[in-house]
Amino acid sequence: MLLIECPYCGPRDECEFHAGGEAHIARPEKPAEMSDADWANYLFMRKNTKGWYAERWVHSAGCRRWFNVERHTVTHEIRRVYQMGDPPSDDGDVT
Amino acid sequence: MQRFSAFSLLSQGLSGHAGWRRQWRAAAPKAQYDVIVVGGGGHGLATAYYLARNHGLTNVAVLERGWLGGGNVARNTTIVRSNYLWDESAALYEHALKLWEGLSQDLNYNVMLSQRGVLNLAHSLQEVRDSRRRVYANQLNGVDAEWLDAEGVKDFCPLLNTDPSLRYPVLGATLQRRAGTARHDAVAWGFARAADARGVDIIENCEVTGFDIVNGAVVGVQTTRGAIRAPKVAIVVAGHGSVMAEKAGFRLPLESHPLQALVSEPIKPVLDCVVMSNAVHVYVSQSDKGELVIGAGIDAFNSYAQRGSLPVITGQMGALVALFPVFSRLKMMRNWGGIVDVCPDASPIIGKTPIRGFYFNGGWGTGGFKATPGSGHVFAHTIARDEPHPLAAPFTLDRFTSGALVDEHGAAAVAH
Repeated sequence: MLLIECPYCGPRDECEFHAGGEAHIARPEKPAEMSDADWANYLFMRKNTKGWYAERWVHSAGCRRWFNVERHTVTHEIRRVYQMGDPPSDDGDVT
Repeated sequence: MQRFSAFSLLSQGLSGHAGWRRQWRAAAPKAQYDVIVVGGGGHGLATAYYLARNHGLTNVAVLERGWLGGGNVARNTTIVRSNYLWDESAALYEHALKLWEGLSQDLNYNVMLSQRGVLNLAHSLQEVRDSRRRVYANQLNGVDAEWLDAEGVKDFCPLLNTDPSLRYPVLGATLQRRAGTARHDAVAWGFARAADARGVDIIENCEVTGFDIVNGAVVGVQTTRGAIRAPKVAIVVAGHGSVMAEKAGFRLPLESHPLQALVSEPIKPVLDCVVMSNAVHVYVSQSDKGELVIGAGIDAFNSYAQRGSLPVITGQMGALVALFPVFSRLKMMRNWGGIVDVCPDASPIIGKTPIRGFYFNGGWGTGGFKATPGSGHVFAHTIARDEPHPLAAPFTLDRFTSGALVDEHGAAAVAH
């Protein structure tokens, strides 16, 4: 069971949220120039990291806003919650 | 191999069972093999077995990070069925089910296949339509399938609550009579013993830490027990596909999730079939020991922790009690999670990779156990001939580039 700190509402039970998968996947700026392999990479390929992972959550039963979380996928520890648009940590061990 | 038979059981019984030998050797890694299979789960062991049995490749090693039967092959709910909607999936899983039907004889090991019938319930008009469509598709593909209305469901499984006043009433169900359950760890042990008998080295407590790749071709693996060379390396892992691919330098369309299950205290035989519900989301069968074995869906977040969150369990128990009010006072004994790699289309990846001699079989999501013999069979063919088995051809990694997905999300009789 996760206790997730919504940046807008504070700590809430996991049941109020939906997991949104990997964070920081940029939508292609020039879709017409993309190859099929580029599309596969954008749409389907995921880091799926074992360790610290930057991912998106939405507080669907609360403020309904999206935000980013750094969570460890083995211990489930959450060490950072930050707003959409903020950059990922650059200490090298978050992917 | 010391063969099992009525005579061997009798003679061992009379001599105090002192003459049984270990069922596979504790092999130490050699310097070189023809094929290295990474992952000693059900699919990996089946792959090694069929490499030896069907393709004459016996200089094969299976490398297992932990111990045999410690991963998902022993963490599932043991359901075996083949009633998938799409042609590609039906062909693959039906191939597996046919192998299951002869597996105990083939392996000389009782995998306790029990073809007790699997019900997939429908709870809404749309689900009735979808289920009947799947029955027709199955029949066209040579997969046995029947549609039962609510009365037929009650006849087949009298314990089930078919009261029309239920919040999600049972309107009918599909039935696959040849489907059922198998003894999960017997599958691992049986394949291990039979592969070992044909010369395959099964190496436990040997974790792969890296791959040796030269000019785009694999030449060996690095392990916690030293380097091992091989011109062909086959990855068969249930929950660490992305981790393995990253070590080899390519990406996969996988996300790893916990899939939880639990068992009740043992009770007298009450449930003689498998009941699955997609809409309220629970599946249940009763083991030979009398425990109810209960499963449902994945936890939505990524995890490698082999445990999930309580709300998932709470939801499936709510569904169970609605369908079987008689179970409401049962105590649950154990709860566990396994890590499953899920593909965007809920179908597996079987085949070649961007690296020559490097093969991948994974991404089976929540449904890998039922495919175990079929998966190993087609993958062994793919490795031995360096080209996909016809049944595996639709499941290549290339489909995520071509767009030819096999979308079994929701179509495969359960939600993934």
